Amino acid sequence: MIDPFAVKDCALIAIATGERAHNLRELRDRLETTRSGCIYHHFWGGLLRPSFDDPEYQNDFAVWAYHGLHDRFLAERLALIDPTEFADMEELRRELIEIIEERLDENELVPWSSSHQQFHFIRSQIVVFDTRLRLTKPEQLKEYIAHLTVGSIFYHFVDARRRTANRGDDFSEWLKGFGNSYERLLEQIAAIDPYFKSLTELRSQLGQIFEEYLNT
Amino acid sequence: MTDLLLDQYQEIVGEDVINSLRQLAEPLRGTRVVHVNSTREGGGVAEILHRMIPLKQELGLEPSWEVIDGEGEFYQCTKYMHNTLQGNRLEIPQPLLKGYEETNEENAERLRGQLEEADFVFIHDPQPAPLLNLCPGRRGKWIWRCHIDVSRPYRPVWKYLRNFVEPYDASIWSLAEFAQPLHHPLYLIAPSIDPLSDKNQELSQKELQEVLKRSKLDPHRPIVVQVSRFDRFKDPLGVIEAFRLAKQFVPLQLVLAGGGATDDPEGEEVLSEVQAAAKGDLDIHVMLLPSDAHRIINGLQRISDIVLQKSTKEGFGLTVTEAMWKGKPVIGGEVGGIRLQVHNHHTGFLVNTPEGAALRIRYLLTHRDRLEEMGRKARQLVLENFLITRHVREYLTLMLAILRGTEERIELV
Repeated sequence: MIDPFAVKDCALIAIATGERAHNLRELRDRLETTRSGCIYHHFWGGLLRPSFDDPEYQNDFAVWAYHGLHDRFLAERLALIDPTEFADMEELRRELIEIIEERLDENELVPWSSSHQQFHFIRSQIVVFDTRLRLTKPEQLKEYIAHLTVGSIFYHFVDARRRTANRGDDFSEWLKGFGNSYERLLEQIAAIDPYFKSLTELRSQLGQIFEEYLNT
Repeated sequence: MTDLLLDQYQEIVGEDVINSLRQLAEPLRGTRVVHVNSTREGGGVAEILHRMIPLKQELGLEPSWEVIDGEGEFYQCTKYMHNTLQGNRLEIPQPLLKGYEETNEENAERLRGQLEEADFVFIHDPQPAPLLNLCPGRRGKWIWRCHIDVSRPYRPVWKYLRNFVEPYDASIWSLAEFAQPLHHPLYLIAPSIDPLSDKNQELSQKELQEVLKRSKLDPHRPIVVQVSRFDRFKDPLGVIEAFRLAKQFVPLQLVLAGGGATDDPEGEEVLSEVQAAAKGDLDIHVMLLPSDAHRIINGLQRISDIVLQKSTKEGFGLTVTEAMWKGKPVIGGEVGGIRLQVHNHHTGFLVNTPEGAALRIRYLLTHRDRLEEMGRKARQLVLENFLITRHVREYLTLMLAILRGTEERIELV
């Protein structure tokens, strides 16, 4: 018997660490020591806060390289980092530092930001709570997905990647428990790139896939 | 009590958002929360508290709101403090600082019992900050909520105030760049507006017509509006300059409307300067409104084509949020929280000079399709991020987080 899918929700609260960078070298130095939660926040926190920035700059480091340092080359390189490709935050941290050091080597001058456009390191606390909603059959995903909050989507589809052994999402982990019945559905879910979509877009795309594959 | 308020918000933000609030509030049921600030009317803080208290109550918490009393000199001191924390280099006379501390001592006598018994105390801004040290028997968590931009304070004044705020369990800031390093967690929470309040609810055409008539505005010519206290940091003289520059190219009327706040003794002086600058120009309408003129402000924002907020310093800029909620693009100073709301070319324009503001007024009035598109995006941004439901959600999250210390992940299961 497969356990029911327990729908949870979460809320994030941001905390300023007081660490800041005025230039690229300072950013590199702070990245060496800042807590991993900061790196997580600057890659994924954007999903839960207002943004109308260019969609190609998905993480805060790339946005700052563009708007703060006016370095388009660096912004493009940083924007290409997809955090889902890294085993953990430490690996992601190393990649960030690598790209920044490469850029520092290319330039004789260290790029600076103006004083009101410094990079501020932020971390977050996540509060997870139970919605009491339980799904016992995969078909119910189709019915309920549209009613889940963006917090639930974040928890089950984004946050799951750093707390599950396979670095996958909770929906897929649950569906795998039903044997081979949902292989094609699992492939479709795996094809969604969570990093380049807003949470409402993710919810809607998941809804479409469930609708297509879970017709009873 | 019925869930009347929450039901009304549900119609605006959706069932999922309200359900989520209820679930988050469940573990905090019965929690005694006291908010303390320095004015019941006028200013963004009072407006937020007016609605946040009943909302928290409906969610099962036991909130209350206390206002500290003070004499003229107390407010003079806190106005000095406000200005210097935002960067003005002024020495605050020692007798005023002494009066500030004495006023807090007097208020502590009145409030001590309630504050010491509370589970959470939120102290808003510098005015009541010394209360913590004056409540040695406190049992709950104390949080200092700073609504102003303290990114580059005049150091001697910040150093003085820091002695009072350092012992708090946490502080809340509107933006990371405002936060000063302190030995406790520095939470980041943007303020919000209430879509159901008189200032933000939909108004009938009849009421809008009355506002036009009462303000002696010509409905056939474009209107730009700046709503804010008469305060130098809001740069009303710069707005007049921008208006005059733009008017050379497009027909235009300007409304500068503001209420006074009981804790702002400088307002009258600035108002006189503005009236002098506007003298003789029938297209500049300077309106000093009473603090309860919410529907008139609402109407002025709705009848405008563009809203300005050309501040040179700004905490968050709730008048920007209000205008955006009404589907208006905003031309705002590139400072403080305005930058969080006005996304250049998407929800309005960020400017640094009267010339910049004039250029953008002219652009928007000659590109009506862009003006309307930006207005639509502005409203959507507020709907998703700056309504009071999001604000309450973050306060609840913060309270739950503080009860668990500094853990990164808190599972309420």
